[in-house]
Amino acid sequence: MSVAKKRRVIPGFGLTMGFTLFYLSFIFLIPVGGLLLYTSMMSWEDFWRAVSHPQVVASYKLSFGAALIGATINLVFGALVAWVLVRYRFPGKKLIDALVDLPFALPTAVAGIALVTLYASSGWVGQYLQIAGIKVAYTQLGVVVALTYIGLPFVVRTVQPVLEDLEAEREEASASLGASRFTTIRRVILPSLLPALMTGYALAFARAVGEYGSVVFISGNMPYRTEITPLLIVAKAEQFDYHGAAAIGTVMLLAAFALLLLINGLQWWTSRRGV
Amino acid sequence: MKISLRHTLIGGLATLFVASASAAEIELLNVSYDPTREFYREYNAAFSKHWSELKGDEVRVRQSHGGSGSQARSVIDGLDADVVTLALAYDVDALRQQADLIPENWQSRLPDNSSPYTSTIVLLVRKGNPKNIRDWDDLVRDDVEVITPNPKTSGGARWNYLAAWGYALNKFDGDEDKTYQFISKLFQNVPVLDSGARGATNTFVQRGLGDVFIAWENEAFLSVEQLGKGEFEIVVPSVSILAEPPVTVVDKNVDRKGTREVAEAYLGYLYSDEAQRLAGQHYYRPSNPEIGKEFADSFPDVELFRIDDVFGGWQKAQDTHFNDGGKFDSILEEISRR
Repeated sequence: MSVAKKRRVIPGFGLTMGFTLFYLSFIFLIPVGGLLLYTSMMSWEDFWRAVSHPQVVASYKLSFGAALIGATINLVFGALVAWVLVRYRFPGKKLIDALVDLPFALPTAVAGIALVTLYASSGWVGQYLQIAGIKVAYTQLGVVVALTYIGLPFVVRTVQPVLEDLEAEREEASASLGASRFTTIRRVILPSLLPALMTGYALAFARAVGEYGSVVFISGNMPYRTEITPLLIVAKAEQFDYHGAAAIGTVMLLAAFALLLLINGLQWWTSRRGV
Repeated sequence: MKISLRHTLIGGLATLFVASASAAEIELLNVSYDPTREFYREYNAAFSKHWSELKGDEVRVRQSHGGSGSQARSVIDGLDADVVTLALAYDVDALRQQADLIPENWQSRLPDNSSPYTSTIVLLVRKGNPKNIRDWDDLVRDDVEVITPNPKTSGGARWNYLAAWGYALNKFDGDEDKTYQFISKLFQNVPVLDSGARGATNTFVQRGLGDVFIAWENEAFLSVEQLGKGEFEIVVPSVSILAEPPVTVVDKNVDRKGTREVAEAYLGYLYSDEAQRLAGQHYYRPSNPEIGKEFADSFPDVELFRIDDVFGGWQKAQDTHFNDGGKFDSILEEISRR
């Protein structure tokens, strides 16, 4: 009993917990509850018909597929950027460090318009890619480009602080004990970075699945080909088909939740295997 | 000291109250669709002047623009619109069907099906018409790329689709199958489906995508006159649809806010000579034939058909073509299998 009465340095557990619950309900649970309520008013057949239409299925594949690819690209290159920013000193480092946050701050619509101006077949980059036979704007590749762009800061910003805490001495110790460079990376650096990498990956992925603003400008929005699921939800709502929109929204919610759970599970498993 | 301060406060507040009550400033919200921006900006100023001369009250009209369907949805979801001026009757009718905001007979309350101005659908091509596009038939050629927004989300795009459908139906003597193939062929030539009319204009004008852009007549004029002077030409097809963008007072909202009188006057004044001329100047076809004659030079002669005559009204057209499982859906499905 005396354990429960343990005194804390800062009082107010009841108050802050109450506020947390209220805040979470207000900001998160009520909207999600509304979504589920709308969906629950449908019969199973209607629900299934709404979420399994070939056009909708094609959009799931694109949204989740492109988000996975984008997050994977960011995993590799985001880690690299974080490494460079932490381990080396070079002129303009502060500036580059600040630039990484740009996708957070820039309105996504602006990003989308900028990307399409760049990658359209008449754009600065697009006209050269065109010669090489690569089309980015208005293709699935364009969706991947947009989702990679908006996901970059997540990996960099989660890996960076962990890397800063990781002393270079450990790498030196590993080398002086006879480990090759590759072994040092594999046995010393990666295991300590893995949880942060996973978190960054999960965040970049989750952000990309829900992204709307930048993608609609560069994708071309062709049904079955370059139509992302969030756009389909908007289209349904604009036809006053609130139930259909809510049903697809629910599927996205569940799928994203399952994937995040999986990634978190992996993270927990890797950290338990121990460094 | 204390008491006098309180009195001062009360006195001050009372003065404020009286002052705000006597200076009758009325505020109206007009929820409209994308391309009417420029027209209503000028019309609002004209109406304000007219009303203050008539009644001595100041009217300030706020405007909201966006895709017609999403604007209707905002009003249904509670946006406090006094009047709506949308792209098609179907979107206005949704206010009745979804939220009972207006009575069943809304479209017969004002002259000309409650459409003070009309428009039609034309083709916009690049300077010199390099692909030699003359009529709807050229839009199904293999070497032509067509820009139009998505009929699922854009009111203007639905007019585009129906205009082409009406043309083909006439061409094939009412053969539905052949008409369907024609429209399906047309949509195979569409590389990008923007969600709204303004987005599609940007794709064609700014991005340089596509050979021909199916557009509202007034949007086409705007592109020719303002966005890229001398870079585009308007091609008038042999047959097109008479687009009637209707207006109505939102009864539930004006009765609650007590703005019915001024809101009705606002819409009624759209039929005045002054407003009709203003519409003509912004490339809308005035519904008053007398004023229409003044603009005869700017509006080419087109054979126009009505949606009621060919499609049996908006509700039917929507059900057959644009709702889930409709003809447009099966066209998309067919294209995806190629």
